Amino acid sequence: MILAIIENAFLSLVGSAIPASTVVVLAATGAMLGERVGVLNLGQEGLIGIGAVYSVIAVLSWGVQSPWMAMLIGMIAAAVAGLVFAVCVVAFRASQVLVGLALALGGIGLSNQLGTNRNGTLIKTLFREVNPGGVLDNNDLMSAFLFHDPIVYIAYVGLPLVLWFVLFRTRHGMNMKAVGENPAAADAVGVSVTGWRIFYSVLGASLTGAAGSYMVLAFTPSWSPDIARGRGWVALAVVIFAGWRPGWAVAGALLYGSMISLDTTAQARGWGLPFMGASDLSFFLSMLPYVVTLVAILIPAGAVKLGRRVRSTAAPAALAIPYAREER
Amino acid sequence: MTGDSPQPSVEARAISKAFGGVAALDAVDFEVRWSEVHALVGENGAGKTTLCNILAGIYRADAGQVIVDGVERDFRAPAHAIDAGIGMVHQHFRLVEPMTVAENIHLGWPETPGVVSQRTLIDRTERFMSEMGMHVDPTAKIWQLSVGEQQRVEILRVLARGARVLILDEPTAVLTAKEAEELFAVVRELAASGLSVIFITHKLREVLAVSDRLTVLRQGIREITRPTEGATAGEIARLMTGEERLLSVEHRVVTGESTLELRGVSALNDRGITALHNVDLTVRAGEILGIAGVSGNGQTELAEVICSLRDLQSGSIAVDGADVASMSVRAVTDLGVGHIPEDRIGMGMVLSAPLKNNAVLHNYWTEAFSQGLTLDRQEVIDFAKRLVEAARVQTRSVFATAGQLSGGNQQRLVARREALAADRLLVAAHPTRGLDVNAAQEVRATVLDKRDGGCAVLLISDDLDEVLLMSDRIAVMYEGRIMGVFDAADADREYLGLLMGGHTPAEASR
Repeated sequence: MILAIIENAFLSLVGSAIPASTVVVLAATGAMLGERVGVLNLGQEGLIGIGAVYSVIAVLSWGVQSPWMAMLIGMIAAAVAGLVFAVCVVAFRASQVLVGLALALGGIGLSNQLGTNRNGTLIKTLFREVNPGGVLDNNDLMSAFLFHDPIVYIAYVGLPLVLWFVLFRTRHGMNMKAVGENPAAADAVGVSVTGWRIFYSVLGASLTGAAGSYMVLAFTPSWSPDIARGRGWVALAVVIFAGWRPGWAVAGALLYGSMISLDTTAQARGWGLPFMGASDLSFFLSMLPYVVTLVAILIPAGAVKLGRRVRSTAAPAALAIPYAREER
Repeated sequence: MTGDSPQPSVEARAISKAFGGVAALDAVDFEVRWSEVHALVGENGAGKTTLCNILAGIYRADAGQVIVDGVERDFRAPAHAIDAGIGMVHQHFRLVEPMTVAENIHLGWPETPGVVSQRTLIDRTERFMSEMGMHVDPTAKIWQLSVGEQQRVEILRVLARGARVLILDEPTAVLTAKEAEELFAVVRELAASGLSVIFITHKLREVLAVSDRLTVLRQGIREITRPTEGATAGEIARLMTGEERLLSVEHRVVTGESTLELRGVSALNDRGITALHNVDLTVRAGEILGIAGVSGNGQTELAEVICSLRDLQSGSIAVDGADVASMSVRAVTDLGVGHIPEDRIGMGMVLSAPLKNNAVLHNYWTEAFSQGLTLDRQEVIDFAKRLVEAARVQTRSVFATAGQLSGGNQQRLVARREALAADRLLVAAHPTRGLDVNAAQEVRATVLDKRDGGCAVLLISDDLDEVLLMSDRIAVMYEGRIMGVFDAADADREYLGLLMGGHTPAEASR
């Protein structure tokens, strides 16, 4: 009996944490791509909004039938915004912090404006769950990890593996890290710092756009204003928690997602904690994901302080520093 | 291609380059042959590094041609120069610190396999190192290596890419004597194997020890190119430093009480290497002691220990008999010590703060300006206005930020403020560096006024002309040591040049 209750709670926690975290995994991976080459894009929140709203427009106004196509359109829109950002901060060496904040605010505003007439309209072009076949039914413990849509598997397994392989097992990844660590060194051996920085910040922006598309094509699934609800900022924090390592970004995002689903699960089931009234609890639980995120960022910072694993979890040395060759 | 082959490997024809309207190179011709070590010699700012950066594709020349092995080239990026077989090892290494030696050598190299493991990188590196006969642990991270080893990684990396022309920018500046000897051997071997090596230096001993031919640059102009054989250090020193004289200042011989006394002072630099070796110096009230020397030979650290900004390893420093080393910076300032820092922007002012606040950085806490927790705003403004006027700083108002001033005006303000603070001792580090002629003369006049008013002045400058012009006595620094102290009347430019280049007084007198 008790076992069944625990199993049930686990199922609903994990089952809802995984899709809730997918958005953050995608956005964090996108942010990490740019940061690995030294470009800090604080505009994640705006990029999620832009990706989401263009997927909504594609489905509702342009009659796009495939969720894949709708996501691609969202990614392209975010990539265009990312290109504007990259040109400002890489080619013209504007402050990454300022332009990033402008992109965050501008992206939210633009997407809210474009989404005005589409509030709450249900999206029906959704990513469908992958059905592993008749082996398992929905009540098995394993089913928390199965029965998800394909984007979940791409975000949690495919992307981190590919990125890990590229970063740590290829010549390309070595050069990429060099651009983020010491652009002058990369430049001296013939790696085009400007080109690589623009390319990866645009690619990163499109991934963050995919995070927004995923929200409306699978998670919510409809447009609502301020759709990112802080997930873009959480993604930036997750990158720090992860120490710029792709696998750890998944862990960080899941930590955040499980707090979110703890909140929703607790509300749905009316759990109460003995020392709090029911109404206080809901506020506390809603706050929890952000508190945990804050604490999580302090972990690598603390590790640096204590002198452990300093080099592997430190930020790329040239993060947010514009590079100019001809300077005296 | 043998040693006698006159075939040039790299040729620069009439190269000109300006930064911000100031000419760094003016129609310079430069030619290097196969199988030779070619020393490129000159003082700081003579244009040596700029010229080589153009050859290496880092800067683009404003005018002129670069010809490599008979073919004219237009390098738009370092990659183009690398393709043409030119590789440069910079004074500040271009290595990625958290990466291993093997990774750094394979960075940005098209021949690196697309998919790599540490194992393959290490194997390739080891194979290559044994081919070249140079060894560094390929698994070590760069930050774990000594400076000499890091330099070897840089050289290996350049050679791995098939460089046939190797440019070394001040390669011995960061090396120990033993490491430098090893480097010379490597350089000689590379030239013997047919490569060209361009060796940038200002150390005369090195020029004579390592090069086949030499070119002297002075203020962006080529003075001479000649075989090293038969050249004397004195001749090179004279060409490097020039012979012009500025307007003369009356030099004094001051006796009596010493204001500043350094006894056996040793100190480390930021890298933890000994920068000052057992320095003894005395500056008397009413005299200017000039420190001559090529920058980077301990002058920065000297100024910092006197102002209590850097810890001593041993020895003592006294200002009017008071032990400065144990004091706080503020206490030293209160003694009447002013410091025109070398890094005016970083240390001399707060760029984002208004001039009125910059004017009182030294004394805002004194009773003249503050009551308890609050500043007397009007007093501060009046003081700043007087200072700005006296220093002839061109600005709209004292509310403008220091960052809005031109470099010359910033410098004038700092110089005047420090002169005002200096009742007993003024430490002036490169006080006219980067100034135009007029601004430089004003700053010099300020310093001379202090001397005439009875203040002791320690003048640090890498401009020998300035040291000769201003100083009553001159001390030469080389690699953290005082090579000799002379009365201005006895100072001989060529002799000083030899000492600055690392000759001992005994060697220089010969």
